[in-house]
Amino acid sequence: MSALCLTLREPPARRVDLSPLTADHLAGKTPAQVAALPLRSGNRTVRVDELFSLSGASITEIEIRNACDRLDRIGEGMTHGRILVQGAAGGYLGARMAGGVIEVQGDAGAYAATGMSGGLIRVSGAVGDFLGAAIPGDQRGMRGGTVLVAGDAGDRVGDRMRRGLVLIEGRAGDYCASRMLAGTIAVWGPVGRFPGMAMKRGTLLLRQPPALLPTFTDSGRQSLGFLSLLVRSWRTLPGRFATIADSQAQVQRYMGDLANDGRGEILVWPWGN
Amino acid sequence: MQIRGVLIEDTFAEAFTMRVARILITGATPRWTMAAALKLTGFATSVIGCKVEAAVERELPPSETPDGRAGVAVLLMTMSKDDLAKRLVERVGQTVLTCPTTACFDGLPEAPDRVGVGSVLRFFGDGFQSSKLLGGERFWRIPVMEGEFLIQEKFGVQKAVGGGNFLILARTAEAALASAEAAVDAMTGRPGVIMPFPGGVVRSGSKVGSRKSKTMIASTNDAFCPTLRAVTETALPADVNSVLEIVINGVDAPAIAGAMRAGIAAACREGVVAISAGNYGGKLGPHHFYLRQIMAEEQPQ
Repeated sequence: MSALCLTLREPPARRVDLSPLTADHLAGKTPAQVAALPLRSGNRTVRVDELFSLSGASITEIEIRNACDRLDRIGEGMTHGRILVQGAAGGYLGARMAGGVIEVQGDAGAYAATGMSGGLIRVSGAVGDFLGAAIPGDQRGMRGGTVLVAGDAGDRVGDRMRRGLVLIEGRAGDYCASRMLAGTIAVWGPVGRFPGMAMKRGTLLLRQPPALLPTFTDSGRQSLGFLSLLVRSWRTLPGRFATIADSQAQVQRYMGDLANDGRGEILVWPWGN
Repeated sequence: MQIRGVLIEDTFAEAFTMRVARILITGATPRWTMAAALKLTGFATSVIGCKVEAAVERELPPSETPDGRAGVAVLLMTMSKDDLAKRLVERVGQTVLTCPTTACFDGLPEAPDRVGVGSVLRFFGDGFQSSKLLGGERFWRIPVMEGEFLIQEKFGVQKAVGGGNFLILARTAEAALASAEAAVDAMTGRPGVIMPFPGGVVRSGSKVGSRKSKTMIASTNDAFCPTLRAVTETALPADVNSVLEIVINGVDAPAIAGAMRAGIAAACREGVVAISAGNYGGKLGPHHFYLRQIMAEEQPQ
């Protein structure tokens, strides 16, 4: 069965909540029922077929074509299936996602992967601020799953992140891993100011030495066995991180944030050099 | 049945159901990997006195270990899952955690039961430990003076078979020892089996109970002791003057049968009169390994 293709007729005037368009919500629905589904758009409701032209019938394979950054909450809460976004995605991409795959061939907005607990999100472009972070009012951000970003990420990556893996091939903004509770963030490019601010636990793995907060302390050069397992676990993923050679390389370890328990770590490992 | 002039007696080895865990130990160099493995498997010949039966299963190339370092696989067996969990915590905590450069991983990921090992040993980290969830498995990073000890949280436990055996009946002690060494060499490194006794060989095979003491649960197997030929109901042919036993534990019965086949084939050599096996009349152990049946499946040239 061919993928359900939703081609955006024109950029919407208001932001649109696409959270109903997941395999979970579309289960058992005919193409006609899908076309008639209501979508929240600003302070009104629109039918799917008012915004999109539809083709195909598979509800586990969904393609959103001509996408633009006003399409929010793509894949929110999905537990299975695959969503391909051709173009940009708006905010809250894959929010509270528990399984399945979202692939964005473009940029994504703020709060991507917030509350995510499983599955894979891959963004070929850049992502906005608060990737994998907790939305205001949530105790924790991302709680599992994997996010791959081929481009840059904004500020506050992994704010209050609890578990899971975020791999950024470009640069990350300020306050990367701020208030992080656990999990792993790896950044290929440079990070902005104040990495790991108020970080409690977790790992921020960097290829380039950052400008550290004074509340991070040098814990020496270490050969950490788990790094071999970590990079090996990336081998099946697409992107540059899968190419990192397995090694018992020594990394520079900084512990912090000492202002908040101090059991987090920033590891500087110039892999590939 | 005879193999190279050695009689294969029409008898069977009787073995028991046990529980097994496979521990993968990796290290910076083979020296330290084997140092940990030998300590881990020390004093582990029989559950009767050691609470656990263990030995190195085989050495592992880097391509077969989780962290890409050379390692060894160790099998540990007990009579129950709960007992095995206790022994693993005791032994891994005292011998692998303490050994420089080593890391410790589960070698039975498909096993139906899982017991916590890293999840207990992590408390050695005194609150400074941390963990990573990789591929659905949790690994504990325990800070130690050297750096970090890495250990998987849970280890697979499955049913196994313990007590597969055969007896080498030889004309002289020298011939029995040479035969036993050849048998052990032929079986060493086979996946899924260990020979938990010293060098893989037992010279003190036992019978159940004792003639003299009610507290002894096992005592010397006088029927196979050549020095007691005159005073006991001997099971030995007239020209047999020394007997050695090879005990084989395995992850399953086919693994033991395969090892017995290889071991018996190698054991049949000059100076050996017969190959026999230890059993209890078939009443105690559910696994019976008939020597002639095993050897008929693949006759050595």
